[in-house]
Parts: sequence; structure tokens; C-alpha cells
Amino acid sequence: MQITVTVNDVAFTREVEPRLLLIHFLRDDLGLTGSHWGCDTSNCGACVVWLDETPVKSCTVLAAMADGRRVFTVEGLERGGRLDPVQEGFARCHGLQCGFCTPGMMLTARWLLDHNPDPSAEQIREALSGQVCRCTGYENIVRSVRWAAGQGVAVRGSPAEAGGSAEAGGSAEAGGSAETDGEAPA
Amino acid sequence: MTGQDGQGAYGRVRRKEDARFIRGRGTFVDDIQLPGMLHGAILRSPVPHARIVAIDTTAAEAHPRVEAVITGQALAELGLAWMPTISQDAQAVLATDKVRFQGQEVAFVVAQDRYSARDALELIHVEYEPLPVVVDAQLALAPGAPVIRDDLPGKTTNHIFDWEAGDKAATDEAFAAADVVVSQDMLYPRSHPAPLETCGMVAEMDPVSGKLTVWSTSQAPHAHRTIFALVAGLPEHKIRVVSPDIGGGFGNKAPIYPGYICAIAGSITTGRPVKWVEDRSENLMSGSFARDYHMRGEIAATADGRVLGLRATVLADHGAFNATAQPTKYPAGFFHIFTGSYDLQAAHCQVTAVYTNKAPGGVAYSCSFRITEAVYLVERMMDVLAREIGMDPAELRMKNLLRPEQFPYTTPSGWEYDSGDYPRALALAMEIAGYGELRREQAAKREHGEYMGIGISFFTEGVGAGPRAQMDILGLGMADGASLRVHPTGTAILGVSCQTQGQGHETTFAQIVAHELGLSPDDVEVVHGDTDRTPYGLGTYGSRSTPVSGAAAAMVARKVRERARIVASAMLEVAPGDLEWADGNWRVRGDPDQAKGIAEIAMAAHSSLELPAEVEGHLDAEVVYNPPNLTFPFGAYICVTDVDAGTGQVTVRRFIAVDDCGVQINPMIVEGQVHGGLADGIGMALMQVIAFDSGGNCLGGSFMDYLLPTSVECPSWELGQTVTPSPHHPIGAKGIGESATVGSPAAIVNSVMDALAPFGVRHADMPLTPANVWSAIQGRRLRTDLAFT
Amino acid sequence: MQVPAHVEYEKASSVGHALSLLARYGPEARILAGGHSLIPMMKLRLAQPETLVDINGLTELSYVEVTGGELRIGALTRHAQLLDSAAAGEHFAILHDAEKVIADPIVRNWGTVGGSLCQADPSEDLSAAFAALKAVMVIRGPGGPGHPDGSRTVSAREFHTGPYETVVAAGEMLTEIRIPISPGGGSAYEKVGRRVGDWPVGAAGAAIWLAGDLVGDAGIGLTAVGARQFAAPDAEEFLRGAPATEDSFARAGEIAAEHCRPVSDQRGPADYKRHLAGELTVRALRRALRRARGEDA
Repeated sequence: MQITVTVNDVAFTREVEPRLLLIHFLRDDLGLTGSHWGCDTSNCGACVVWLDETPVKSCTVLAAMADGRRVFTVEGLERGGRLDPVQEGFARCHGLQCGFCTPGMMLTARWLLDHNPDPSAEQIREALSGQVCRCTGYENIVRSVRWAAGQGVAVRGSPAEAGGSAEAGGSAEAGGSAETDGEAPA
Repeated sequence: MTGQDGQGAYGRVRRKEDARFIRGRGTFVDDIQLPGMLHGAILRSPVPHARIVAIDTTAAEAHPRVEAVITGQALAELGLAWMPTISQDAQAVLATDKVRFQGQEVAFVVAQDRYSARDALELIHVEYEPLPVVVDAQLALAPGAPVIRDDLPGKTTNHIFDWEAGDKAATDEAFAAADVVVSQDMLYPRSHPAPLETCGMVAEMDPVSGKLTVWSTSQAPHAHRTIFALVAGLPEHKIRVVSPDIGGGFGNKAPIYPGYICAIAGSITTGRPVKWVEDRSENLMSGSFARDYHMRGEIAATADGRVLGLRATVLADHGAFNATAQPTKYPAGFFHIFTGSYDLQAAHCQVTAVYTNKAPGGVAYSCSFRITEAVYLVERMMDVLAREIGMDPAELRMKNLLRPEQFPYTTPSGWEYDSGDYPRALALAMEIAGYGELRREQAAKREHGEYMGIGISFFTEGVGAGPRAQMDILGLGMADGASLRVHPTGTAILGVSCQTQGQGHETTFAQIVAHELGLSPDDVEVVHGDTDRTPYGLGTYGSRSTPVSGAAAAMVARKVRERARIVASAMLEVAPGDLEWADGNWRVRGDPDQAKGIAEIAMAAHSSLELPAEVEGHLDAEVVYNPPNLTFPFGAYICVTDVDAGTGQVTVRRFIAVDDCGVQINPMIVEGQVHGGLADGIGMALMQVIAFDSGGNCLGGSFMDYLLPTSVECPSWELGQTVTPSPHHPIGAKGIGESATVGSPAAIVNSVMDALAPFGVRHADMPLTPANVWSAIQGRRLRTDLAFT
Repeated sequence: MQVPAHVEYEKASSVGHALSLLARYGPEARILAGGHSLIPMMKLRLAQPETLVDINGLTELSYVEVTGGELRIGALTRHAQLLDSAAAGEHFAILHDAEKVIADPIVRNWGTVGGSLCQADPSEDLSAAFAALKAVMVIRGPGGPGHPDGSRTVSAREFHTGPYETVVAAGEMLTEIRIPISPGGGSAYEKVGRRVGDWPVGAAGAAIWLAGDLVGDAGIGLTAVGARQFAAPDAEEFLRGAPATEDSFARAGEIAAEHCRPVSDQRGPADYKRHLAGELTVRALRRALRRARGEDA
């Protein structure tokens, strides 16, 4: 069957089997390998993407169900060469180690901040409770989201968002810079 | 460029690897697409023990999108049906005579796409003749137990080996002289590292050049290359192993799995690249599990709490093949470090290993080669003793911890601990926790029928395997190489053999070199994970990267620095001895303006400058670092739990972790390593287990049943640190990657047992699920490794 | 990752269209709503439907509203919507309590109330919650003798006929859940799981309506403990007319525990689950009472 899915604002029309899972459509058919998969039972959340403005587990959605809908993946977070504050936050606060859960975590964080711009640590943990990380023990993920919340950048697509944070674009590029992140513990 | 506190390039430097991961541009094995690539899938046995009567692959081969179907028979003709394990056993790649655990590999399909490969599995018909099953390690040794390894000539039992360490006679004496002797049986249940990315490989055998390139989830690319050469009979210089980005290892990606051999065989057979990536149930049911140690601890002490001796008797369940991954001379890993952090007279341990109808493995999940098991045993025994003599567990530990002046200290079981200040770490943890306040709160709560627990774990690790005379993996000595090339324009490439799976090596190793050479970490590129581009080494596991490869990186940088001295002496027309190293320069003693930095020296070394005879041109060096000893990081952990006695639910309210890993290259990364390991503790202590029913069915084959802790179960970790440098490590650093996984489970279990003391509960096994805790309160101790009844 | 077997696919444009597709493709066709019960089963190949009828476009089935003295929930309502609904929270706090502990926030974004009920897992939280509330299910079919407009109602307690089985016949679909609103009520849900997002080891939902200091009416729903029809009618019978006190609740808990048939599995042994049935019934009743009295719970 033929489906048309708009991914990160670009429409793709492809011939697919009805049983094709959305995660495989994104990764294998479209080559967008930033979204990952890690389980068989919809538990781990490595596959989280947005489907029509809502985070879903794309391993549990058929590509056919996304026909006519919009999908947003990690590849869409950086806009015009500028990193999203959640991306910047994760890099600053060491919110990632192996990087495998990171795309899903960032997309849920982005959605959370769009709806709750100043979430408490508890609210962040609750929002991420459907996604597993094996490396970080979650503490720095929470700090990363808190950092991004502190940037006060408005909802994606709003005029305020176009201005963004000038700092956000550049610093994570170079890496290796001896910068104390704001979250160093006492 | 300097870091924090004038420590050169050490400090909280942001990670270079993040740039690609936050953009979703990492390259993990399943991301790799090659032209003409095919997909493999493994047919696995649904039964745990059975004779294979027949395998019919005709229907699968007839599937229009299937390119090949490989069985054990076909592999046998290539001599590939069995492969050696790291423990000198043999493991079936694809079963030929029998299947010996549920999930064992039986056939391999290669198809044009992954969905067709999966479909084709259903078209393979296997006739099994079921055999009696044994999944209980005790029963496996009982007379009349079904013999699992009848493939081994003359094998009539399921016994694998007996091993012991320590001094039995001295220990018996110590016990005889003791006022108090307490014993406790405890299980360290079978669990699984479950990295978020499962294991897999893309294998490409180029039929023209005869070169085999594999991209695989390997924590030890060079060792894997050598093993592939030995197993497949391919010339080693024609094999290249590339570990791209790895989504977590934790020991799960140290072994060579049948799927890898199948992918290689598939590529050889079809002449095209073949990708095999396991799904999660395959990972949990057949990939290297961890632990499964049935232990009995005995501790002997004086009436006032001076520990005299310690005994451990272990029944080790190795599954159907002995595939534990540890240095050859240590079949029970480093379990004999079980005397822990205490000053005791004598100790003896005895380990009996046994086959069962379960997946092979045992050494994995950040265990530091069984140190998780050893620490759990001794730390539980300390609490059991404390309860017995009515002493506060912190006080008991303080009384028995080794003192700083005793280092270097040789334990009764033969380990030489390099350095440590244990009382200071415990005192700091207690201070951060507010220990006295917590005890007062606990007393007050007990009067109202509320149950909170305070649990301590003090651990010493031995990491950084290891001196090659004592430690080898399949005969490969555990020394690691490092290579450094400084380019004419002053930036450098470091080649290391260890393999990052999230530990941040691309940053920390750049920091090491930058620190030694006065460069910026930005100027040092770390190359790893590609056997064509890096020197030989044994890989990353057992927290050995910083102790071994990190040492190699420091040593190779120093070698380059010494070469640079001689080049600088030619540049400045002085004798090399007239130069001193300061602020990133070789400068003339007494005339500091006469100075040359590495960048300038590098250009000069490549130029036409006439160089003294002692040094060749360029500014390159290579070393092999043979560690003189392990390094011994340690820590003091305190866990506060609240238990709902009506439901058995446990909440981890607080977790305080004080770690000492010697000199810290990047404190931000150290903290991250600790955070991650502490979450492992919650998993193992409260929810994780791979259990089996009596029919041999694996009950932990998905994330619905093998539970991983989420952000909600984990508290906000409270960290502290002490720094006790390692005297023998070039930069005074010790390993850290597994410390928290090693130390935390005991703290949590001790905490829950402490909470349940009013109910007279002395011990319950992990995982302390609500059912388990409630049952313990009722006086019913559950076996967590088997199905509940 | 495991993947489904071959399947055909149709997208429904209306309820009528969905029903005609179900009729056309017969009993091997399955409704595809959120898919978060069905697709995991398909991936494990435990379910192998021949045709999927995708009803995600039927937004007219996605609502939570108060109409005619009832709270009405469209079957396609996502779990997240029900959790977010002020109307649901105001009238039946048990629904919010239950939704908070169903699966995880991401699964709740796409999984539907109707989908979960029709999956009929013996550990389904919503089954117990709706049983406690004595909800009524509206099922639409092609129409026939007795149901000329193609619509019939079934009480929540009659809806489930066994593990993974409901009264929704081939060619029918669940469209709505209705709960009558009566004054003086309070409700709550208590669940024990091994970890957040896990299926319950045991869970209880309670709803009480006060008549002065007495229990006017009570509903007790249980899940994962083998309670018939996810309910504890004997305990409810005991409570009706009894004083709303700790003692009454304790006895109700005992009765509820006596009348369930839990099975040992890796979540726990049967005796523990039986204990939970009682313990959680008491806790749910306590909280329901506080809410019925307008106290913060």
C-alpha cells in the first residue's frame, strides 16, 4: 500500500507493507537512524518519536497508521544549524553516555517543556517513566531537562522560538571545551 | 587550555562524542546499510533440553526472499558448528545433536529483508525429542540428574570444576577461636546486563580480496579478531573488526555469540554483507547472563565485634556451556576478593560450578569478574553479624575496616590492595547521610508502625586486569597498547585498544594526552574500536579502561614528550638535560623565555632540522602497558528505604554514594558512571531476575518480566568523593565504571532487612519485590530463582 | 525487534464504514485503535489477524463529556485524554487514579480506553475501575432483531466473559462507556506493581455513595486476582447499609479477598495476591470515603 508521511516537515510517499512498523519505516526506508529500538514489548522507549504532536512508541505503531500524519524525530530538533535547548542541555549536563536512549528522551523532554515550561524534577521523572536508560541513572537527564527549562525558549514554531538561544547553537559543536556545566554538585 | 583547579586538561570537560549523539547521528550496528546487504535471523529452540531428531528447511529455502538457510550440519562441515569459549569449554554455534537450553540457536536464515527472515523462521520444521530438564543448580549435582554435556567425552555428571582460595586451616582455627559464628545462605540471582542496544553484527566477506570486515557490538574488537581467526581458520591480517558506536555494553558485549559466527558464515555463503541483530527476547534468553551464585557465608568474630574469619561456599550455575568471561587462571573470577575491606585473620572460599539447562555466561553486568558477588556476600554477612551481636552496622564496619597505614595490604586470599583510606570514606558518607539523625527517625517511626531502613555497603574493587603474567583471556595477556602521532601542525591522534560504550573515552583519553603534552583536548583525536587502526589490547570491561588503556595513553604521551625534549634540545641548541617541562613547554632551566611547545616541536620534528642520533624524525610513539597490579577503587554507600508493610512495597528514599577512584580525569564523567551503577543496584535489589520454571522455561525473556528501573524508582543520587591515588598507576587513577553496580545492591538489601528487623526477618533474597518482602514479613522466605507457587 | 506477520489493512472513515469492513472481512478482522494491545501481540505472533480495520480517524469516538446525568467516554478516547479530563476527575477520581498507573505516559498517549477494555487482559486496570463504577458499555453492530439501530448496552460486569474475551461479537465494536452520576459519591483506585508501569500484582477500585454515615451504595472492582467479572459483589452487599467505618471496610476487604481466585505467577504467589485483594480494597475504600466527604485524599 502507498502511504504519505510528513517527517520533520518533509513529505515522503512510499510503498510499504501494512505490517511495517513505523520505527522500521523511519530507519530502514527513510534512513533516519536517529530513532532506535531496544525491546519487543513496548517497554523501553528507545523508539519514541512524535506522531502529530504527541510522543508515541513508534515500535508499536504501524507506518500505515502514520499515513497522512506528521512525524517528528530527533533529526528535526536542530533547526537552521541551531540546537534545541534540550539538545544543549543534555550535552551540558552529561545527560547522555552511550546515546542510545537519548533521542527518545530528548523528544519527550521537548514535548514536556512545550506543555509545562517549568516542570519539577518529579514531573520530569514521571514524564520519562516509560523510557529506559541503562547508563545515566537518570539524575543527569533530569538536570538536562531542568537546564533546558531554564532557557525559557517558547514552544517550537512560535516567533519567540525563532530567536532562540544564541549560545545553544555553537558550543556543543566544538566539544572538548573546559566549561563547567551549571549543574556541578557541591 | 586548562581545565579546572589548574589541573591541566583534567576537569569537567564536556564530551566530544555528544555532538553526534544529540543529533541522532551516532552509528550503531543496526544503522549500518551496505549495498546488497542481507538480513539474518536465528531459529531458536523452544524447549530447554531435547535431542534433535530432524530439521527440515525445505519450505524456508523455497521462500522467494530467502537466500540461504544454514544449520548446524552445514556449519559442521566447515568446522564451525562449535566454538571455543573463554573458559576453555566448547559452545554450540548451531545445535547439532541436542539443544541444551531454551532459546539455543538451531538454524540461521539469510533473507533479503528482516521481515522475510523472521517469516522464514516459521517455515523451518524441527523435530525434538524432549529430555528431562534441570534448572536447579543443586539438583543438577544430585545423582540421577540428566547429563547435559554428553558431547564432552566421558562426561557423566553436570559438575564443571571445584576451585578454592585462601587458607582453610587458618580459617578453621579462626572460627574455632571465635565467640560468635553466624552463617547465612544467600542467592545472587541470575540477572542480565540488558544494554539498551542488543547485540549484532554486519559481516562482509569480500570474495575478491578475501578480507572479512565485521561491524559488531564488541567490547573487545582485537580479541574478537583473534578468536575469529582461530575459529574460522581465516588469516588474522585479513580480518577487520570495527566496533562502531555501542549502545551500552556492561559485559553483555564481551563474548562472541553464535549469531556473529552465523553472520560471518552467511556472508561467506552468499558472497554479500549479512546483518544479524538480535531482538530483545534473544538477548535476554541467550546472551550472557550474570551472577547465579548460590552462596553460603560464614563469619566469625569476637563478642565485641572484631571479625576474625570469613568463609564462603558457592554453588555456581554456569548454564549449559561454561562461557564465563574472565582471565584464564581465575575460573571463579575475582570472587576471592570476598574478604572485602576488612582486616581479618583468615578466609577461605570454595566454588563448585555446575551445568544446567539455561543459557551460558555468568560473568557480566558490571561485575568486575564476580566482585559483585563477593561484595554482596561480605556486606550481607557484616549486617547479619551486626544484628546478631546487637551492634550498629556502621560501628561494626568502622571497627574492622583496614586502616590507611596498612596499605599496600595483602588480603588473606592474596590480593595486594594498592591504596585506600576507608574510615574517611565511611565517615564522609555518614556525614552526608546524617546517619545519627536517620537512626533517630527510624526509632521514632518504629513506634508508629512505620518501617524505614538504613543500609550500608562498603566495598573494595580490584579492577584493571591485568598483569599479563597472571592475567590472560584465552592466552592473550591483558596488556594494552596505545599509539600516538603528533602531526606537523601540532594536533594529535591517539589510538587505543579499549572500546567505549558510553564511558566517554573520546573525551577522557584526549584529556590524558592533552594533560601530558600541554595541548587542548580539542587537539587530540581518539581513535578506537577499529582493529585496522589501533594497537592491540583486550578491550573494555571489568573497569579496565582507565587503569590499563588510560595508563598506556599517559605512557605513550610521556614517550612522545621525551622525544620532543630531544627535538627541542636541537631546536634550542642546548643539551637535553638542560631542559625542564613546565606549562606545556620544554624550556631551558634558568632561561624560561627559551621554550618550545609541542606544536612547534612537532613541526620541527617533521622538518629538515638536523636531529641528534638518539631520536628519529616525526613525533610518534607506541607503547604496550603491562599493569603491575590491579587498581583498587572503593566506596561507602548508604541507602535509606521505606517499606510499606501492608503491601511489601519498597521505596528508595535516599542513596548516598562516596566513591574513591583515585585521581579523576573528568569528575563529570565519574559522577555519571556512579549514577548509572546505582540504578543497577535498584534493579537487582528490587526487581530484576531471570527465573525459570521447573520445565526449564525462561521467565525473564522480555522487558515485561525482566524489569529495569525507571526514573521514578531512582532517587536523586547524593554523591561524595575522596581521592586516594593509586601509587602504581602513571596518573594515580583507578577504574570507576563498575563500582556503583558492585557496591549498591548490598546497601539496598541491607536497608530493607534493617527496615524489617522488627518482624524478625534476617534475610530475604533479591529481588525484593513486594511479594517477596511481604512473604518475608509473614515468615515465608521465597526462592526467587524459580517460579513462585 | 520482533515483527508482525503479513496482514491486510483498511482505514475506516466512519463507524458505519468500520462495521461494514468488519462484516466484509469476517471474524479474522480486528479493530485497530491505539494498537498498544494488539500490535505487541501481533509482533509476538500471538495474534495473527488477517485484516486490520484502522479506526484512528474516527475522532467522533474520542470524547469525555457529561450528558444526561452520565459521564460518557468515547471508546477511542486515549488514556492520556481520560487522565487529562477535568470532568472525569471531578466525578470519578478512580479513573484518574487508575490512568496514572496504567502503562506509562507515552503508551497512554496512543492507547485507548476502548482498546484496553476489548483486549480484556485479566490484569486490566480499567476493567476493575469500570466494574467498581458499574459502568455500562455501548456496543454497536450491524443491527438486527432486538437492536434495530445496531446499538446495544451491556453492563461492565457482563462485558468480560473470560481472559481476553468479551461479549463484543465479530462484526461489532465498542463505541462508548457510560457511568451514571449520583450525588454523595467518592471513588479511588489502589494498585501494587513491581515497578511503575508494570501490570498490577493486585489492584482494587472502590466507589461509595454515602447516605449520612452509612454506605448507601458501594462498588468494588478487583483486577489481577481472578475476581469474577472484575468485581466483589459479596463485599459490596456487605457494605450496603453498613456504617462507613474502618471496621466495615476491614470486613469488606476480608470478603473481597475470600471471593477471588488468584493464581501464582512471577508477580507473586497466590496467597500474597489474595492478601492484596483485601488490603487494597480497604485502602481504596478509605480514600473513596475521604473523597465522598469532600476531604483531601
